[in-house]
Amino acid sequence: MKYVKQFGIILAISFVGEILNAVVPLPIPASIYGLVILLILLCTGVVRLSAVGSASKLLIEIMPLMFIPAGVGLLKSWDVLRPIFLPVAVITVVSTVAVMAVSGRVTQAVINRSTKRDGEDDE
Amino acid sequence: MSEVLSDSAFFGVLISISAYGLGFLLKKKFKLAIFNPLLISIIITVAALLLLNIDYDAYNEGAEYLNWFLTPATVALAVPLYEQLSLLRKNFAAIILGIVSGVLTSLVCVFLMALAFGLSHTEYVTMLPKSITTAIGMGVSEELGGYVTISVAVIVITGVLGNVIAPFICKLFRIKNPVAKGIAIGTSSHAVGTTKAMEMGEVEGAMSSLSIAVSGILTVGGASIFAQFI
Repeated sequence: MKYVKQFGIILAISFVGEILNAVVPLPIPASIYGLVILLILLCTGVVRLSAVGSASKLLIEIMPLMFIPAGVGLLKSWDVLRPIFLPVAVITVVSTVAVMAVSGRVTQAVINRSTKRDGEDDE
Repeated sequence: MSEVLSDSAFFGVLISISAYGLGFLLKKKFKLAIFNPLLISIIITVAALLLLNIDYDAYNEGAEYLNWFLTPATVALAVPLYEQLSLLRKNFAAIILGIVSGVLTSLVCVFLMALAFGLSHTEYVTMLPKSITTAIGMGVSEELGGYVTISVAVIVITGVLGNVIAPFICKLFRIKNPVAKGIAIGTSSHAVGTTKAMEMGEVEGAMSSLSIAVSGILTVGGASIFAQFI
């Protein structure tokens, strides 16, 4: 019963997310509403970690599999993609590398600065 | 033969899962980033469909059950995030600055290169939501009048690319802090990248999950402003 109950809670939250997605006029998907709702429920103690933990770990473990159909779907969009493939490929590769490098370096730099400052405060 | 395979509800999922397992074994054996289980399983599944002459729609009839799990799995990302909440509080400024700078980099990069390639307005807005999670990105593309199918394709390619190159890029740019790694991966390559971050560690995974939501929401606003530039 453990997984049934845990999975039930996660599905119920997904459902509330779907309702919000339908009612609120913003392009925010059900999954993101659901993520925020579950986080709030965990933080406020309404849902305890042990009530969703195992099913969540399982879902996250199999998550990469869920992207395979979308990847295989590229087969179908190849015809529309082909005419602008070169610019699309260059933009995709360059911007993905740039975003990863910039967001990582900025986060790291701010963390390093504040830990250094904390260190000086200790002295 | 191909009709039996096309009609089967399990064949599509089975081949995807087996290919993923094979990719995992290859990676374990050769320890090379190019043997990325997700990339390998996509390539093998595409090859199998082409060789056995199976239509994508027939494959997807079985495979879409995998897709069904995506919303609950994304909701479940709240759990690792909750477990790392103290780390989030402690590094709040760094995390927000990191994600905001990443979102801006994405929009500026797409804008500059769209100018350089002389893309039309429609092609340009199609590319704007490329770094965010599919469900939000589709909505953004549609709202701005882009080609939604191409947006989805580009978002998937970005995710798989981020998943494959993340360890290499972190090394190249000396991104060592696990919080920074997670933010870098989630902001650049959404949920598909996040599965790689989860493999790297709990902190990386949690921070990457957070970035999916925050960068997605920031891009909704940012893209509508940038859409007016071309």
